Amino acid sequence: MRHDPENTRLGRPVLTRRSLLRGGAAFVGGLVIGIELPMRVARADEPAPAGAPLNAFVHVPAEGPVRLIMPAVEMGQGVYTSQAMCLAEELDITLDQIVAVHAPADQAKYGNPLFVVQATGGSTTTMAWTEPLRKAGATARALLVAAAAAEGGVDPAGLVTDKGIVTDPASGRTWTYGALADRAAVLPPPAEVTLKSPDQFRLIGTPAHRIDTPDKATGKTVYGIDVIRPGMAFAALMASPVIGGTVAHVDEAPALVQPGVRQVVVLDDLVAVVADNTWAAQQGLAALKVDWSPGPNATLTQAQLWADIETASKGPGVAAQKQGDALAKLGEGTLFEATYELPFLAHTPMEPMNCTVHVQDGACEVWVGTQVPGFSQMGAAKVLGIDPSKVTINNHIIGGGFGRRLEADYVVTATRIAAKVDGPVKVIWSREEDIKQDIFRPLYHDRLKARVENGRITAWHHRVTGASILARWLPPAFKDGIDGDAVDGAIDPPYAVGDILVEYIRHESVVPVGFWRGVGPNSSVFSIESFLDRIARNTSVDPVAFRRGLLADNPRALGVLNAATAKAGWGTPAPASRFGARTGRGVALMHAFGSYLACIADIAVSDQGDVRVTRIVVAADVGRVINPDTVVAQIQGGVTFGITTVLHDKVTIADGRVEQSNFHDYRLIRIDEMPAIEVELVASTEKPGGIGEPGTVIVQPAVANAIFAATGVQLTRMPVDAALLAKAV
Amino acid sequence: MRKRTVLLSLAGILVVVGVAALGVIGWMVFQPGPYGFATGTPVALAEDARPSPTGVPAELAGADQPTRAAYITRMADCEACHTAKGGQPFAGGRPFVLPFGTIYTPNITPDPETGIGKWTDAQFLDAVHRGIAPDGSRYYPAFPYPSYTMLTDADALAIKAYLFALAPVKQPNRPNSFAFPFNQRWLMAIWATLFNSDTRFEPVPEQSPEWNRGAYLVEAAGHCGECHTPRNLMQAMDQRRKFAGGVAEGWNAYNISSDGVSGIGDWSVEQLTAYLAAGHATGRGVASGPMGEAVALSLSQLVPSDIQAIVTYLKSVPPVASNLPRLAGPAPATPQVAGLDNPLGQRMFEGNCASCHAWSGAGAVREQAGLTGVRAVNDPSGANVALMVLNGSGPLAATHPYMPGFGRAYSDAEVAAVANYVTARFGSEASTLTAADIARFRHLE
Amino acid sequence: MTDLTINGAPHSVDVPAETPLLWVLRDVLGMTGTKFGCGIAQCGACTVHLEGVAVRSCQLAVGDVGTQAITTIEGIGATPEGTKIQKAWLDLEVIQCGYCQPGQIMSAAALLAANPAPDDADIDAAMAGNLCRCGTYVRIREGIKHAARS
Ligand code: FES
Ligand code: FES
Repeated sequence: MRHDPENTRLGRPVLTRRSLLRGGAAFVGGLVIGIELPMRVARADEPAPAGAPLNAFVHVPAEGPVRLIMPAVEMGQGVYTSQAMCLAEELDITLDQIVAVHAPADQAKYGNPLFVVQATGGSTTTMAWTEPLRKAGATARALLVAAAAAEGGVDPAGLVTDKGIVTDPASGRTWTYGALADRAAVLPPPAEVTLKSPDQFRLIGTPAHRIDTPDKATGKTVYGIDVIRPGMAFAALMASPVIGGTVAHVDEAPALVQPGVRQVVVLDDLVAVVADNTWAAQQGLAALKVDWSPGPNATLTQAQLWADIETASKGPGVAAQKQGDALAKLGEGTLFEATYELPFLAHTPMEPMNCTVHVQDGACEVWVGTQVPGFSQMGAAKVLGIDPSKVTINNHIIGGGFGRRLEADYVVTATRIAAKVDGPVKVIWSREEDIKQDIFRPLYHDRLKARVENGRITAWHHRVTGASILARWLPPAFKDGIDGDAVDGAIDPPYAVGDILVEYIRHESVVPVGFWRGVGPNSSVFSIESFLDRIARNTSVDPVAFRRGLLADNPRALGVLNAATAKAGWGTPAPASRFGARTGRGVALMHAFGSYLACIADIAVSDQGDVRVTRIVVAADVGRVINPDTVVAQIQGGVTFGITTVLHDKVTIADGRVEQSNFHDYRLIRIDEMPAIEVELVASTEKPGGIGEPGTVIVQPAVANAIFAATGVQLTRMPVDAALLAKAV
Repeated sequence: MRKRTVLLSLAGILVVVGVAALGVIGWMVFQPGPYGFATGTPVALAEDARPSPTGVPAELAGADQPTRAAYITRMADCEACHTAKGGQPFAGGRPFVLPFGTIYTPNITPDPETGIGKWTDAQFLDAVHRGIAPDGSRYYPAFPYPSYTMLTDADALAIKAYLFALAPVKQPNRPNSFAFPFNQRWLMAIWATLFNSDTRFEPVPEQSPEWNRGAYLVEAAGHCGECHTPRNLMQAMDQRRKFAGGVAEGWNAYNISSDGVSGIGDWSVEQLTAYLAAGHATGRGVASGPMGEAVALSLSQLVPSDIQAIVTYLKSVPPVASNLPRLAGPAPATPQVAGLDNPLGQRMFEGNCASCHAWSGAGAVREQAGLTGVRAVNDPSGANVALMVLNGSGPLAATHPYMPGFGRAYSDAEVAAVANYVTARFGSEASTLTAADIARFRHLE
Repeated sequence: MTDLTINGAPHSVDVPAETPLLWVLRDVLGMTGTKFGCGIAQCGACTVHLEGVAVRSCQLAVGDVGTQAITTIEGIGATPEGTKIQKAWLDLEVIQCGYCQPGQIMSAAALLAANPAPDDADIDAAMAGNLCRCGTYVRIREGIKHAARS
């Protein structure tokens, strides 16, 4: 572990050191924004060396490590390592010869091939970027080899590459990549490159240590919230507690007399206090006397929101999937029907929302951790009425995204505040504001109907009612009244379900909603898997046997189901638990994000209705694995996130206000509630699937089904309500 | 003949029962006055030649009328009850869940329609001194007029002046939800005849000026006994067990008589002063729940001499033992404690509580977070601990110690478990709260 | 002026005595390794050591520190337990987004210093105050045991 006293960010040296981000941004068209030693992620405050960009992703300096530009942002999911592995694999360098660099805002170069926009989300990084990055690595290698061939006057086909060195085996002559860089940079890139075949892989598929974690373990990583700029002020803000409310009147005087307070900024819908440090700003904010005009939503309640979505669910929908005539078939035979509802949820990444902005001379510089650098740039430009090219986005390692940082609202808000402040200002949301001003996971209402004949489902009708995030976030993707995300997992269930009709009913409320880890499949997989268990129970069939019967044509799904059930010992009773006498084991299966997962959950329920998860087994087929340990870590993390979701979490609205505010009333699972999580990766050579979200999705129905098995009570509105599960006395 | 005997016997029984009932009621009615324990004979205010113990303290004698009126309003702590959670101050609407139904405090801002903007001075005095509304109907004694009746006319009207200077808030009063027979307000007239003395404060010449000032603050304005004195069958304060402890919105309002074990007899003057003026005394915990509000909205705004007077008076109240145990000593600092079989409670504590309170209960970084030696923790009912866990200590502000409330995210069983864990681990006797108890506490909100 | 000793080095800060140490570290001294997560002692992201004991710096008024030695994530690597924990964290790849990890590492190092061979119950008791939204708990458990064995 490297300890460089220059980097301790202690006291004045750092405070006065000009950040080199801007210098970096000026260099080759904003391509490069930082530098770090090998096995490191670029820190925001070190100079970039001279050298040659071989393409948008590979930059080989004359000396030192190769700089790899990371199109997808690192927020814990390990993609800096896996993206680097893809590049390094084809480039024939080792992971300790590289430095990962945050990409600047540049949609043309770094737009996600699956969404077009420059965004990291939807568990798409591996799916979207594996091929382009391997190609970029291979192209860069071809250029370096061509440069060496030209220098040596030899046939490039005879040269070999390894660990950043080109060797001519015939002459024994060698060139470092750095020595070839300038020459390679001016060569025309080859039209075609051949990628390695899997048997030639040296990195892909091997467990690699992550490149971003050493700095994280020593507190050196600079997250957005850690940015320090010369002369920077700190701001705390409060928005209208009622959704859609505005500021009526502010008495600034009590804030201004607080020590350290510099300025009060009053905008239509929020107030901010600017001060010498965050604490002083928070104290100023607390002292401020604000009268709010609550606006039209002052009487909005959660009960009303539930009633509204229920009403909407009965209205006309748009067919998102239709095969055969499910409605006609549902008219006859044994009919099953159930409704499942999911609440609003907050993201609560451990790094609260924050953004540092400096508005100056018709330009704007932003320091932030964002999943959407392009949206951030456009958002800030719009606030200021300037051209986006005048906005520099300096991205950072993210302290948790989970979809929250797919929105640029906090960049917009911080820019609105910064526009009124002289010099750079760091705006930090308190946890209370972070939760109350979240862009929530939408309410979902799923109604399913099925006809069952001889243990087979012969007709299937699934109505998904919910807000369309895509219609707002990426309007072109909202086509024909269908939100592809909202119905993801519903339109293509892994099971044979006979005639199928899946309908989408768009229903918006005034509560702002956005993507949330697991996105659409959270509701569709939860509903489908719960519904299957209900059918199995009512027809007295074992839930796993029932599913197997529907999976004859789906070997990958059957494979993970069999792997999980074998590992968990399906068929034996769930182990006794000290926590509660009623125990149960539940199963769930999914196919979404390009991956297949099966999960077995063991739970115990106390007499009072509290639930404890005692063991989780997951089997996953995620296609070809880049970094197996990262896949396991993501599943473990996703499962943990999902346990919180099914056991504890909801955001509710009363009098137009979000009722939750911090971790005492928005509850996250703690280590002492954690079960063991056993993960089995099923070997696969299929295309890589996403893995950041499936763990979250799959564990929720598995736990719910285990509760159903233990108590006979099915969870139809998340999360667990102890009162419903309490033993009748 | 036989029939007659039976009738006679019945009549006899009725008479006996009647006499007994009268005796019981009489016992309740004819009890000592609120400060009848003190040596000396109260006299009319005018007859005591010394400076009056009523009104504002000497420090404010030269202040302008609005300042004095505001101070007297603070002394009487009207705001706490007449403000709904998150609502406009003095606009009413705060619910009080009583055994017979829920009562909502009225709007006392000067709005002419929904508030008291049309009230005359006489009407205001009728309300405050006698519990009679302008329309002649009777207030329930949840409104502490049996205490306020001791306020001088001048002080009561100062409060009215203060209220009338507020910005009017249009907020209709919420009807109470009392069922028969408790919705029969006229019954309250009888109650008032029996239990409201309708007399103004009378100083005791034999006692010091400071004591008399304290008596006025405690008995008349501060109406401490309304919560801290147990109530008899007729819901009147039982002055024979003065300050032996009562209940306020589910919270136990502890014994504040000078009993050494169950009361505040062993609190030093400094501790009492700090607790009243700042809501916290070293080793004694933090004023929370309704007492926290009383400190925030009233006591903390009084001048030091008034706090001193209150302490002097409280110290003179004779000891009345109640069944609270002696405070337990220090607790072990390690998570494991032999014989404490409450894994759920421990889990709650380790995740949510230990960061501030520490495993020793001494407070991790702030003494205010200390649990050992605090009465609530040494209360085998566990009520205040549970209510604190459920509701926390009010809004987050730098000016007072803050504890978040966990009620929204944790189940009844979990809250019960952690309250039982805390009382067992840091108190002298474990509480045995159940999930059903917690469900009941939740409905007090 | 308040004098502090942080990671063995003296510092002087000019802030009101009730300012939490967290904000003094981050905003006044530029030591941003210690994180803000909740401000109400519910998440543990702000954990530092005061004389070797893990405390939440968001609750610790700088005026109450006195002469007690403060250790932060930037300095914990200089202690034997800190080194062990940091190494275990990298060996087992505990870290995901990493934002909670300074706090986790500080709590874990304090646990190891007080209890060289903690079992699951000890780990739960010491670590339950540290939230991790990424869900690294199962690896934290393993990491602490790994460090204890090393
Ligand atoms: S910030 Fe201190 S515990 Fe969360
Ligand atoms: S690693 Fe992201 S919050 Fe713990």
